[in-house]
Amino acid sequence: MSEQIKKFMYINRRAPYGTIYAWESLEVVLIGAAFDQDVSLAFMDDGVYQLIKGQDTSEVDMKNFSPTYQALGDYDVTKLFVEKESLEERGLTLEDLMPLTYEDEDDDWAEKASIRLVSRAELADILEQQDVIFSF
Amino acid sequence: MAIEANGKTFETDEEGYLTNLGEWEPAVAEEMAKEDDLELTDEHWEIINFLREYYEEYQIAPAVRVLTKAVGKRLGKEKGNSKYLYALFPYGPGKQACRFAGLPKPTGCI
Repeated sequence: MSEQIKKFMYINRRAPYGTIYAWESLEVVLIGAAFDQDVSLAFMDDGVYQLIKGQDTSEVDMKNFSPTYQALGDYDVTKLFVEKESLEERGLTLEDLMPLTYEDEDDDWAEKASIRLVSRAELADILEQQDVIFSF
Repeated sequence: MAIEANGKTFETDEEGYLTNLGEWEPAVAEEMAKEDDLELTDEHWEIINFLREYYEEYQIAPAVRVLTKAVGKRLGKEKGNSKYLYALFPYGPGKQACRFAGLPKPTGCI
């Protein structure tokens, strides 16, 4: 039986706290990573806030799960597409996001950036290429 | 469910994982190991401590393949393989070692 690798895309478009969507999405990604598929994540609209630096949840009574994004590389999830327009509309730049990295097994474990800034049009093309899309 | 260690009672879930991560102390691991007929050696503690550090840093209990890779990277190749880890934790290095370490069940263990 031949195993076919599919392209899975998880779209995140909501702010990290206030609803459970962002954390649920992250958990599904980590669980799904066990299936050896080609996984990418997209962050657009308020979803870009999920990756913001220096999150502090001490006053909202939710676990600060932002450190968990750093573990994605260990789970071989290395493609995090962030929509440029969504950042700009919120007055944010790449500098405001956590510097997420992964170690490239095929390149002597060189540390590389996981976050890839793409335009709305580029992201549309990437979505076009996916086999399965989950929206959170 | 609950487990008695060091003269105290620690609440656990139906699978034996500590309910309150913050309550953990080494005696809990010793007691859980005893119930599994295991005696904890320095090699066990190296993995348990590693898991606690991993949780501290990433806020998740790693899946077993992630643990294996990370152990290989940080503690040496001869330890980063399932043979070594299963010899220490026969019920599964992810599930059993995370339980001893007071962590929740690993995320992404299927």
